[in-house]
Amino acid sequence: MSHSFKQDCSRAPTSLRVQKINSPTLQVAVTVHIDDREIEVPVGTTILEAARQVGIHIPTLCFHEDLCVAGVCRICVVEVEGHRNLEAACAYPITAPITVRTHTRKVRMARRHILDLMLSEHYGECYACFRNNNCELQALAQEYGVDFFRFGHPEKPRYEIDRSSHSVIRDMDKCILCRRCVRTCIDLQEVGVLEVDKRSNQSKIITFGDKPLGDVICINCGQCINRCPTGALRANDPTDEVWAAIDDPSKHVVIQTAPSPRAGIGECFGLEPGVPLTFEMNTALKECGFDKVFDTNFAADLTIIEEGTELLLRLHKALVEQDAAPALPQFTSCSPGWVKYLEHFYPEYIPNLSSAKSPQQMFGSVIKTYYAQLNDIDPQDIVTVALMPCSAKKFECNRPEMCDSGFKDIDYGLTTRELAQMISEAGIDLPAMPKSDFDDPFGTATGSGVIFGATGGVMEAALRSVIELVCGIKVEDLFEHADIIPVRGFEGIRFMELPIKKTGPVPELLAGLVDDWTWLEGATLKVAVAHGTANAKKVMDDIKAGGRCSECHFIEFMACPGGCLGGGGQPIPTSPAIREARAKAIYAEDAAYEIRKSHENPAITKIYGEFLTDGPGGLLSHKLLHTQYTPRGKYIV
Amino acid sequence: MKTTDTSKMTFAQVESQRGLESALKMQPDEVRRTIADSGLKGRGGAGFPTSTKWNFAAETVGDLKYVVCNADEGEPGTFKDRVILTDFSDLVFEGMTIGGHAIGASKGIVYLRGEYTYLRQLLEGKLEERRRTGLLGKNVLGTSGFDFDIEIRMGAGAYVCGEETALIESLEGQRGEPRNRPPFPVNTGFMGRPTIVNNVETFAWVTCILVKGSKWFEKIGTETSHGLKLFSVSGDCRASGVFEFPLGITIKELLKKVGGENAKAVQVGGAAGHCVPASEFGRAIAFEDLSTGGSIIVFGPGRDMLHVAQNFMEFFKDESCGQCTPCREGNARLLEGIEMLEQGNCSMKYLRDLCRLGETMQLASKCGLGQSSPNAFLSIVEHFKDEIMGRIPAAC
Ligand SMILES: Cc1cc2nc3c(=O)[nH]c(=O)nc-3n(C[C@H](O)[C@H](O)[C@H](O)COP(=O)(O)O)c2cc1C
Ligand code: SF4
Ligand code: SF4
Ligand code: SF4
Ligand code: SF4
Ligand code: FES
Repeated sequence: MSHSFKQDCSRAPTSLRVQKINSPTLQVAVTVHIDDREIEVPVGTTILEAARQVGIHIPTLCFHEDLCVAGVCRICVVEVEGHRNLEAACAYPITAPITVRTHTRKVRMARRHILDLMLSEHYGECYACFRNNNCELQALAQEYGVDFFRFGHPEKPRYEIDRSSHSVIRDMDKCILCRRCVRTCIDLQEVGVLEVDKRSNQSKIITFGDKPLGDVICINCGQCINRCPTGALRANDPTDEVWAAIDDPSKHVVIQTAPSPRAGIGECFGLEPGVPLTFEMNTALKECGFDKVFDTNFAADLTIIEEGTELLLRLHKALVEQDAAPALPQFTSCSPGWVKYLEHFYPEYIPNLSSAKSPQQMFGSVIKTYYAQLNDIDPQDIVTVALMPCSAKKFECNRPEMCDSGFKDIDYGLTTRELAQMISEAGIDLPAMPKSDFDDPFGTATGSGVIFGATGGVMEAALRSVIELVCGIKVEDLFEHADIIPVRGFEGIRFMELPIKKTGPVPELLAGLVDDWTWLEGATLKVAVAHGTANAKKVMDDIKAGGRCSECHFIEFMACPGGCLGGGGQPIPTSPAIREARAKAIYAEDAAYEIRKSHENPAITKIYGEFLTDGPGGLLSHKLLHTQYTPRGKYIV
Repeated sequence: MKTTDTSKMTFAQVESQRGLESALKMQPDEVRRTIADSGLKGRGGAGFPTSTKWNFAAETVGDLKYVVCNADEGEPGTFKDRVILTDFSDLVFEGMTIGGHAIGASKGIVYLRGEYTYLRQLLEGKLEERRRTGLLGKNVLGTSGFDFDIEIRMGAGAYVCGEETALIESLEGQRGEPRNRPPFPVNTGFMGRPTIVNNVETFAWVTCILVKGSKWFEKIGTETSHGLKLFSVSGDCRASGVFEFPLGITIKELLKKVGGENAKAVQVGGAAGHCVPASEFGRAIAFEDLSTGGSIIVFGPGRDMLHVAQNFMEFFKDESCGQCTPCREGNARLLEGIEMLEQGNCSMKYLRDLCRLGETMQLASKCGLGQSSPNAFLSIVEHFKDEIMGRIPAAC
């Protein structure tokens, strides 16, 4: 498994990194003694890594597996024989044989003092904090038996809580200045909204010019939330409004659930990562009082059809009509973090973005039109909630243009964490719930919709449909079990080429779009997949430079590392291993579906048959299922 | 009374250019051996053997290497680098050039304290002159294959930027914050290249050693602290200013020379140093005893030691870069402790807690600033407990 995040850190200052050691003459392996255990490690291994290999626990706080090593909190200090000072285990690369002790008097004293010092500036009450019981600071206080505030404790808040963003709320009174958010934003995501201002205990994490987060170039990915050890960062939580809607008998409250939350929500109930609770969750949602539970996968299938059609039309324009206008490669648009990233950093590429809305938003406008008509409900009385792994979805549903149904298409975006909270508030033991199905008329979904949750999933779903609809063959003829392995995995950027040797007839769904596919014969469809905006940046820069990525026809971008399963609304903590476990759950669910291709979804055939009757890319679908974007640029007023 | 008289200093007697000439006649390793034989240790405060540092940098493979002169001089009570740069900058530039030859670097950078901007024009003029006379530039002094030039970069007023890795961060355009070590700058320094960072005075002595020979330098001083050193003397004494003394001089001897015999304490090594009470004036100023970058602050009998401590802690509370917990919060807590002492409401138990906290700061901070910032507090509490405890809150 390759997670090309940490190695790629490029923008955080060197002070927040373990530097590469410059020398060919160093021995290749060194022997280290840690608390009387012996281990041989390659030069450059940190004390922390070595200790973990022999099963010795060293506490950490500013360290995070996804991030470059800052060495600033100092909670991980250990004693190295012969050294006057303690060393930070996470930030000390071993270059010579050393003897390490991890819990001497000095070490225990220093760690306890460091905690006491953090608490002396930490304003917050655990029982009134969303991270209660899932807070690294609290856990350490417990681990070290903190039972009083040795160096005092703030009695009043000092900072105003920044609630300006639709997605992320910042409460700097709970911040312990571990700078994980800074490193996440600048290194993992290459956005760079957050920085440290001032020195000494006046330091504070700020946005550029200390502006409200809602006004800066934050892409709302929420990756900083997932890596914050404390309650200083959290998502903008609409549960009160959702409960109020449920409690209001005049409202018809429907919830759609995306694939990733199912794969993650178990973690909030003490399960190992990677145990999906899809159908248990359906029951729990009904018990909470939602009137209908729909599967976002239906809308994901719809997205594939719309986005795929758009791609084929762009290719047709370019290849047959010799029109230079269609912007290629076409970029996916289902990740609202990525969309905002592009709007800020590469606004000149907006024409490349697929105009198709994300599944969440498509579903919103379909529910408030088609579903409302079918069931004769006044759309004004429908409240649409979207359960998403994502904090950017909260921003997305509040974009002013997302009202194509005549109403706010999606009223509330709810994260996995927030739903878990609602479920626990309702006294429901989620893992013990009986299973139940999604509601009609969107009850059927396909495996293609499910894999939207993992990086490469949108591409795989699109390819499955393109292969069958265009080439007239079965995906299984090319890929065993229809698993398109080359686009899977966690490599930061992945490429695949699909030579189109022969084409089939134009299927009924796409009739009227083109006369035949023969113009595609002999062509090679080139696609790429990127996850995490740091990788997206690489792809974009490569396109600008006319490199390999510029030759692609279709590129999937996900703002979050790992794709939606690593989204900013997913359970905390996150790590490469946790994301991998969630991905496994998602691919297992895909494999278990009877129907695994979007175009075979009977609900899709049905909606084009009876509602979107002018077909994919038609007028009505353009009104309801497509959108436009805003060139934002990097400059803030 | 300011009594700095640079004309009597050794530096005034050393003819520049001769040092470089003799260095260029030697192989780089011979130059480093000469420095090793002299016993020269860094004059910036930490006292690291200069030749060892240079050897590391010379042995590390690198396409480019750098020589950095630390002219950030931010330690309270230190002003000897300013005097050297004003009157003897040629010796410093020459020392840097010798360093370039010794480690195989072709570029030197002077990191000049922001407050010394007024010196920049003078220094640029000197550099220009050196370029004109072939002491800098391509094929220095006609030595084919040895190119060396020096650039001046300005600091922006942060004390922590005197710490060598923060200095390098600052040179690279980042916030001045210390890096994780190892690797050290000699391995991975400016732009990831092997870099030697030395104090202004260290470079000046290098030139002198190449002119006058390592034996001359080695014979002065003590067993482990060789040579001469400039001291910035200030406070309650008749003659404040910059003086040259051999290392190993006792505080008593020094006080006699500067007219501070009735001092009740002397702060050796600036804010980061130690406060030495009169009973210990027999101690020597040397790396093995009281180490200093040159700052000597004399406190007369009228000084309130709690105010002295407060002054230092206020400095650190402002100057901590804020990266690491022990220093960021620790200095603030120590300063609050001093304010409590002032108010007469700091219990013995809490004072003990603060002293232990000081120990943690020394042990666990990320860089030398946090590691040394509690020194003054701890030594004043140790030696002047009676004076600082039991205060009665001032009447309103
Ligand atoms: C907080 C802090 C400030 C420092 N400031 C200076 C300074 O202003 N000038 C200086 O030469 N060294 C300073 N140093 C020491 C440098 O880190 C470094 O050790 C020194 O420049 C090495 O040169 P030397 O070996 O020639 O003494 C400082 C160290 C610390 C921890
Ligand atoms: S951030 Fe952690 S320690 Fe602070 S109040 Fe919340 S749960 Fe408690
Ligand atoms: S949400 Fe994403 S872009 Fe915004 S501050 Fe956090 S990491 Fe940066
Ligand atoms: S906001 Fe959270 S992640 Fe960022 S520095 Fe503060 S505690 Fe760390
Ligand atoms: S010890 Fe102080 S100055 Fe040094 S890194 Fe830590 S906070 Fe910054
Ligand atoms: S975990 Fe090592 S310094 Fe923070």
